[in-house]
Amino acid sequence: MNTDWSTAYGLGFPGEMNIYAAAELQLQVQQALIAEGPIAVDLSEVSEIDSVGIQQLLLLQRECLQTERALRITAQSAAVEEVFHLLNLRARFF
Amino acid sequence: MDLNPALQTFVAECDELLEQMEQSLLQLEHQPGDRELLDAVFRAAHTIKGSAGMFGFNAIVSFTHGLENLLDRVRAGEVALDSDLSALLLRCGDHIKSLVPLAVDDRALDSATIAIGESLTRQLGAIQVPLEISLKSSTVNELAALLDGSAVGSPGRPASLANDFAVLVQDDEDKASAVAVNPYWSISLQFGPEVLRNGMDPLSFLRYLSTLGDLVSVETLDSRLPPLADMDPEACYLDFEIQLDSSADKSAIESVFDFVRDDCAIRIVPPTRKVAAQLAAVATHNSGSAKLGEMLLDVKAVTEHELASALATQKAEAAAREAGEAPRPLGKILIQDAAVPAAVVDAAVERQQQQRSAKAQESRLIRIDADKLDQLINIVGELVIAGSGTQALAGRAGAPEVVESAASLLSLVEQVRDSALGLRMVAIGATFQRFQRVVRDVSQELDKEIELSISGAETELDKSVVERIGDPLMHLVRNAMDHGIEPALTRVASGKAARAQVSLNAYHDSGSIVIEVRDDGGGLNVEKIRRKAIERGLLSANANPTAQEVRQLIFEPGFSTADAVSNLSGRGVGMDVVRRNIEALRGNIEIHSEEGVGTTVLIRLPLTLAIIDGFMVGLGAARYVLPLDSVVECMELSGEYRDDVAGRGFLNVRGEVLPVMRLRDVFDIADSGARRENIVVVRAGGLKAGLVVDALLGELQTVIKPLGKLFSYLQGISGSTILGSGEVALILDVPGLIKRVENARLQGLAVV
Repeated sequence: MNTDWSTAYGLGFPGEMNIYAAAELQLQVQQALIAEGPIAVDLSEVSEIDSVGIQQLLLLQRECLQTERALRITAQSAAVEEVFHLLNLRARFF
Repeated sequence: MDLNPALQTFVAECDELLEQMEQSLLQLEHQPGDRELLDAVFRAAHTIKGSAGMFGFNAIVSFTHGLENLLDRVRAGEVALDSDLSALLLRCGDHIKSLVPLAVDDRALDSATIAIGESLTRQLGAIQVPLEISLKSSTVNELAALLDGSAVGSPGRPASLANDFAVLVQDDEDKASAVAVNPYWSISLQFGPEVLRNGMDPLSFLRYLSTLGDLVSVETLDSRLPPLADMDPEACYLDFEIQLDSSADKSAIESVFDFVRDDCAIRIVPPTRKVAAQLAAVATHNSGSAKLGEMLLDVKAVTEHELASALATQKAEAAAREAGEAPRPLGKILIQDAAVPAAVVDAAVERQQQQRSAKAQESRLIRIDADKLDQLINIVGELVIAGSGTQALAGRAGAPEVVESAASLLSLVEQVRDSALGLRMVAIGATFQRFQRVVRDVSQELDKEIELSISGAETELDKSVVERIGDPLMHLVRNAMDHGIEPALTRVASGKAARAQVSLNAYHDSGSIVIEVRDDGGGLNVEKIRRKAIERGLLSANANPTAQEVRQLIFEPGFSTADAVSNLSGRGVGMDVVRRNIEALRGNIEIHSEEGVGTTVLIRLPLTLAIIDGFMVGLGAARYVLPLDSVVECMELSGEYRDDVAGRGFLNVRGEVLPVMRLRDVFDIADSGARRENIVVVRAGGLKAGLVVDALLGELQTVIKPLGKLFSYLQGISGSTILGSGEVALILDVPGLIKRVENARLQGLAVV
């Protein structure tokens, strides 16, 4: 598995990760999965996240596991942290 | 005591069970080792413990728990039930009886009760297991230790022990322990794909849920997430498994998901303690309809929504299946679809069956307020009077159809009267049975061997009479044992069996009930009573009464022949009070005795206090009523008899001497010189007398109206009644009149 984070694909979600951005979110995830190398996800700019966003993150994680690609969340905003805590997902992503 | 119905039932049930326990223990003394009786005692203790536990009456639970353990040992044959243990068990029953009202009133145990409880438990604990199984002595010690906790709040004894017992009781219900222990609500959420598009976010429900309690754990399940290519970004694929620590009830938790109900599969499994609470609630659930779903709803095991959807499922299944194939029962659907714990459903089904059978039993026995019954009997009384009036009017009108109709009406009224009075009739057996214990205790106290035999227990009499006969009977039975029965040595010396007999007997006799209290003791010493009576000034020294009259003197106030005042009787109050009580019931009492052979006390009581069949006679314009049961025959007072009556006060009726008295003389009615007179022969207490009256007016039903206090000393009159015509007629006191005739005769003899 390629864990050279210097070559990582940077996936950032500035703004909302919710139902209103659903199609766009999925497109971003698809692009990241098509690209090469580890995926570094920056969630520090996420202003709001709901089930739609969570589903995309879980999908991304599953695909990465299946294709043996390294995945890492490099930063998270307060909104993301709150939801991770609520859904008990911290252990899964960190 | 203003009790809620459940507590009232508890009290009544305890009374019944304790009574049953006592009866069984007493019978066990005669039939040692009888398995059924032993089981009955055990069951009684067990049931009391269970019910008390339900109400949280820890004092009763802990005491009964120890008792039950010991009884279990007796059943297992580890401890022998001898007379000492039997006496101890009886006292334990008494103790529970005293605990019940205290617990129900929520009063603290007083020091005396605590002391009794401690002493009893010590004694129970001290009962040793026979040597051959002494290995188990550790368990015996354990039992003793447990029993020591009986009196809750006793010094140096933590009350928590009692709580442990309550837990023990809970554990007894194996259903409660069959449920895996889980202290939290388990909530499974399976959101449908459209949730997000409908503008709802599963996360917000979780946030809302967290306001009801602590989200102990949340597991986010993504197993339904499709492959990337099939993923619809706006569809929801998430499931959640949540453990919630909350005191909210099921419907409150369910209501969190109100807005998403159609788009979400929800399973809410209650925590174990809720299951236990639901089980307890089911066990005491009382509903008229006893429908399974309603019961589960009431105990909050299901929510209305769950019930509705389960019923819909059942209906759909019923429709879908082939004819003849039953759909799943509601209980099964609820267990499988709504996650209702199987134990709760089972308990509810059991309770449902219990209630059905209880209902079947209830339909055979109805508890009625005694006042309502009295009211009914009052109205029936009025009906009887009005009916008689109608019949009299019909007779006067002379139209045959009306007469016939009135007659059939009256016969129906009579039936109604009999049924109404029958409602109040109870067998005297229960009253008699209570004396088993009394005889047993007193015979031990007096160190006499006495056996009580009971016959005629099925004889019925008015409930109000039964209630008031207990005290006089108690006095007579105790009297028989204390004064009547001789010490065993004396008995053997005089050739009697050492074991003395006291018997209670009841039977019907001409409209009255007769209760006999018989003993095979020493009998009454006529000479001794005579001396005493003269000493007390009840009899003049030169009087020459018959032996029977002397015996009756023991019913005079202030008369007692006991040489030593004992614990039981002989204080000089007693027989006169007994007589007063019996007379207050319009009954009479007499004593028969043969010295050295025994004594019999006969109590004669009217069957009912309200309505009698009467026989009406006329004296001039006045009407009098005789109880029909006391009338033997009627005859015309012809010329030859007339002289006999006037001269000697006697008649020779078919070779039998019949004392006769003219009622005109008795009531001092001026002689109108009626052309014809008649004799009514009446009977009471084995004596007969003739009463001379003017006219015989026939039978009628009579509602007895008591006379006012002012007339309580009136002799020869026992009450009054209102005739159909509205006239008042006096009811004659036949035993009183006969006594008067007898006295007159005796005086006559004395003069001669």
